[in-house]
Amino acid sequence: MTRFGRYPELDSVDLAATACMDAMVDGGVTIHDMDVLGAGTLFQAGVGMGQRVQKQIGQTGIPVFNVANACATGATALRTVYLSIKAGEAQMGLAFGVEQMGKMGLLRGGEKDEATIFEPAGRYGAVAPVDGILGTETMPGVFAQAGMEYAYNNAGVGFEQFARVAYKNHLHSTLNPLAQYQKQFSMDEIMGSPVQSYPNTLLMCCPTGDGAAAVVMVSGERLRSMPSEAQKRAVKVSASVLTSDPWVESGQVQPDVNTLTRNAAAQAYEAAGVGPEDLDLVELHDCFATAELIHYDNLGLCERGGAGDFIDSGAPFRDGRTPVNVSGGLISKGHPIGATGVANVYEVTTHLRGEAGDRQIEGAKVGLAHVIGLGSACGIHILEKSAA
Amino acid sequence: MSNESAREASGASNCLPIVDYLKLGEDPHLVANQCVDCGARYFDRRNACAKCGKAEFVQTRVANDAVLKAFSVVHRAAPGVPVPYVSAIVETGDGTSVRANVLGLTDPMAAKLGMDLRFSVYNCGSDDNGTECVAFGYAVV
Repeated sequence: MTRFGRYPELDSVDLAATACMDAMVDGGVTIHDMDVLGAGTLFQAGVGMGQRVQKQIGQTGIPVFNVANACATGATALRTVYLSIKAGEAQMGLAFGVEQMGKMGLLRGGEKDEATIFEPAGRYGAVAPVDGILGTETMPGVFAQAGMEYAYNNAGVGFEQFARVAYKNHLHSTLNPLAQYQKQFSMDEIMGSPVQSYPNTLLMCCPTGDGAAAVVMVSGERLRSMPSEAQKRAVKVSASVLTSDPWVESGQVQPDVNTLTRNAAAQAYEAAGVGPEDLDLVELHDCFATAELIHYDNLGLCERGGAGDFIDSGAPFRDGRTPVNVSGGLISKGHPIGATGVANVYEVTTHLRGEAGDRQIEGAKVGLAHVIGLGSACGIHILEKSAA
Repeated sequence: MSNESAREASGASNCLPIVDYLKLGEDPHLVANQCVDCGARYFDRRNACAKCGKAEFVQTRVANDAVLKAFSVVHRAAPGVPVPYVSAIVETGDGTSVRANVLGLTDPMAAKLGMDLRFSVYNCGSDDNGTECVAFGYAVV
């Protein structure tokens, strides 16, 4: 993967091609070994990103799946390749996710136009933009509300617990040279930074940024014909799951990020034959500090309702029981949207191989990568260290 | 035309609700499209029910009393949106979730999870013809 950051001198094709070439070199393979390409990008979903990247790294005529699935775009690209291999149509494939966001700033929330003539329009017959009048449509606000709903239903969760999530991820990022920001902040600095949408302050929100990540996926059969070094470094995909949000009563006014994550987790644990207690590390979707906290519960990393105690106990710190976001997470590593769902698989894989350098979780054998995109889509991959 | 629609059309020609699920008149309230089969409620126009897949709906009044289930004090918004404001998810007395602002708090941080709220309407602007836009929110009881 590329370091996440800002690359005004490059374009998305440069970033994606770099990640793809690095992934193939890492695997000791070339574009001629690939039977399928999964290409994920969100804001440039209509441009045929996969084919554009092929024109830089090799046009071999293989099928390309261009996918967009909100913040789960990268995981969806990966799962597309996984399914092609599982279906027997491919033996090896390449999946990448890329995004070039620059300084887009706040996502969602419409700019207010000066009134001209009111005319009801759209599915709600709205005569004016409703953001800021009928609640918030901004991402920091929507995820703030998700966290506050959890706080409403569960004791021991408040501003301090949310801030501690950000404290942890900023701390973790100092060990990750691929992170967009690698700076530690104190609890006072985090809680005192400008409020975006309470309880999310600036230092509790992920930045926008640019970056790409890519992985090579291979069938077990094809892997056995590869050099022993490649077999040793390959990790096993024990579960690949994608869910969408089932109907809930409040879903039309507040996206439900919980049920689809709980469903995906249950399916993934079942498929992999492991439980949350078996996980040596977790990379989960901390687009905002409030989001990470509720996903401790959704992924079963803590007792039901116990996410506040979980962070307070130190369990998700890198020296804790279940290290979460040792990469720095979206909050510090960055969140170029299409890249995120591949980058978290890169992170877990690097630990399972024992190649994570200063941030290595020693002896990591099983890891989980989770992303969620509003709308909603949830992708979970459980990876295991090679037995070879 | 129902009595309500007639009253809106005649008596309040110079004001419009910000969304069509807000009904004005002497007794302002929200309405929802309720699935005849399973009871799920929706504020938008419907093709079918997202819960059960059936396609028959009846328009139903939503209760005006509510409880604050989740909120965020929004300090950063798109240009032109006044901040800070308190964005809220409320649950009405008849179990319907609604997104709106909490009204009438001089200190936004005084919002408290679980507090009782009451439906309220207010003028939120007018267009070039002088037509007023009426919005709704939930005021502290």
